[in-house]
Amino acid sequence: MATKGPMNDPIVDPMIDPRTGEYAVIAPGHNFKSVTQKIAGIVLTSNTPLGWFFGLMVGAGVALGVVIGITWLFLKGVGIWGVTIPGAWGFAIINFVWWIGIGHAGTLISAILLLFKQTWRNSINRFAEAMTIFAVCCAGIFPLIHVGRPWLAYWLFPYPNTMNVWPQFRSPLAWDVFAVSTYATISVVFWYIGMIPDFGTLRDRATMPFAKYMYGMAALGWRGSTRHWIRYESASLLLAGLATPLVLSVHTVISFDFAVAALAGWHTTIFPPYFVAGAIYSGFAMVITLAIPIRKFYHLEDLITLRHVDNMAKVMLGTGCIVAYGYGMEIFMSWYSASHWEFFMMWNRMFGPMGWAYWVLIGSNIAIPLTTLWSRRLRVNVLFLFLLSFVINTGMWFERFVIVVTSLYRDYLPSSWGTYRATKWDYIIYVGTLGMFAFLFLLFVRLLPMIPMSEIRMMLPQTKVNPGGPVAEVTSEESV
Amino acid sequence: MPPREGIYGLLAEFNTPGELVQATEEAYSVGYRRMECYTPYPVEEAATALHFHKTRVPLICLLGGVMGLVTAFLMQTWINVWAYPLNIAGRPLFSWPAFIIPAYEWTILFSGLAAAYGMLALNGLPQLYHPVFNAPNFRDGASTDKFFLCLEAADPKFSPSETRAFLEQFPAVSVVEVDH
Repeated sequence: MATKGPMNDPIVDPMIDPRTGEYAVIAPGHNFKSVTQKIAGIVLTSNTPLGWFFGLMVGAGVALGVVIGITWLFLKGVGIWGVTIPGAWGFAIINFVWWIGIGHAGTLISAILLLFKQTWRNSINRFAEAMTIFAVCCAGIFPLIHVGRPWLAYWLFPYPNTMNVWPQFRSPLAWDVFAVSTYATISVVFWYIGMIPDFGTLRDRATMPFAKYMYGMAALGWRGSTRHWIRYESASLLLAGLATPLVLSVHTVISFDFAVAALAGWHTTIFPPYFVAGAIYSGFAMVITLAIPIRKFYHLEDLITLRHVDNMAKVMLGTGCIVAYGYGMEIFMSWYSASHWEFFMMWNRMFGPMGWAYWVLIGSNIAIPLTTLWSRRLRVNVLFLFLLSFVINTGMWFERFVIVVTSLYRDYLPSSWGTYRATKWDYIIYVGTLGMFAFLFLLFVRLLPMIPMSEIRMMLPQTKVNPGGPVAEVTSEESV
Repeated sequence: MPPREGIYGLLAEFNTPGELVQATEEAYSVGYRRMECYTPYPVEEAATALHFHKTRVPLICLLGGVMGLVTAFLMQTWINVWAYPLNIAGRPLFSWPAFIIPAYEWTILFSGLAAAYGMLALNGLPQLYHPVFNAPNFRDGASTDKFFLCLEAADPKFSPSETRAFLEQFPAVSVVEVDH
């Protein structure tokens, strides 16, 4: 008790469970009707908050960067970017890896934590999944525009054609196509299947005929029949079981893009686990970036409690330690391998012309988070975590920058050394995807139920069934 | 196919899952078989009371996974060995370790889609119309906070008056007739 004792007096703070000293997952006093009204009300209200319109406009404005940047790119070619020889991979690959990594936390929350029976995930899994899908949308743009001839990108798919040309399956590029397209498809399916019962609720509660019609179509006629629920639960569990190995494989395959190449700093076996841990680290940071303003803006502190914030911070602490181990192991192996090239790569990474990027990454991924997140007081400080989530995602972006750029621009042959300098078009497209992400996410928050109502209902104390004995207390009648 | 005349069944509304499960168990023990519970979240005890345990969703998922694995592996082998052989750094044409990765992804893709579509197909969804939607209280509560038991008229034991009397012995909020 003493070690994890509540910060505030449990008698004063009703959110703290006096038995455990932990914050409650759902604030006390909620019932089936109140959680439904709370969550459905955000979608079905006719009073859209002004702040939402403002956010949407900002997001759409910034997203124009993608439209303008890609238009100019298609007109002029990849020469408008900073990519050149030897630095042939630039922002496009960095951003691709970064965005896909962010998506991974959504699948981790919705699938892996479901298998581990972590019920606290129920409040955040829907919007974490939405985050996954939108992050994959942003990520998917980059390899397509990076190939140089984007109008021929469909050649990567195995389909019978009159040219009699087929893909080459020994290439990590072909693996990427399979991994990322499977990931996007399964994420969308899992997300949609999860929303069907909530669409049923929205259909039944909507008053506008158009909303009734749209949610009714999306609900596919869901009526909550017990036989349906049993099959539904079975399918959800299977999808979670499938998404778990999938999410671990996706960043593994992406790390193969690097690890299969015979380049110092890339050709290592630690890349798959280190990429996956980094992905989850940055993804949880993004969930925190989204969850903290949302719970404040929509007054969802009852459903996304400090318990969630604390737990997410703990996951970041754990994955951050794995990432730190990865960095340490890279340094160790560059010495232990006794390879001159590996040793030089690490020296160049730390103290070369772009050494500052390495220290930004160490500072924001290791030094700041892994010293502060041990403190419970800081883990439940939402403002601190919100700022820290930006620090971590900056650090994770720089991790990809360091991996992609520092190995490439000074390789084996000093006569072919060069440098890498991003152009304004690199920045415009990257920042544009941030706007696109925000735009899509705001649309989601307004139009779809961002917290799974049926799963929240399952966490309430009224769900206890005690047939034969005294029936459960009637609390669903209480008004809110 | 039951005749489309008369009523679809009698729908009893309960406030708690405990009451619903108790009524369902009773209905099963007195011999009703064509019945269904409707709840706003999965109530496993209701499925036990209905004696509904086995679903074929896992089997469909397994078949999908096997199909994905075999399809992807054979496709890659055919393409890289016969249809379009390329010498890549002197590696053998049948580089099966490399083919594992797309085969792994398609195993997951096919089994995931099979689980999702299989679940919808077994549930008979999409089916936008269903008689229970005709009961006005159903749409107010079934997807929010109420628990329903529907004893269907197609059951041989069903009789409008006796079944209603049977349902009214439980603490149901209401017992209403559901039209087709």
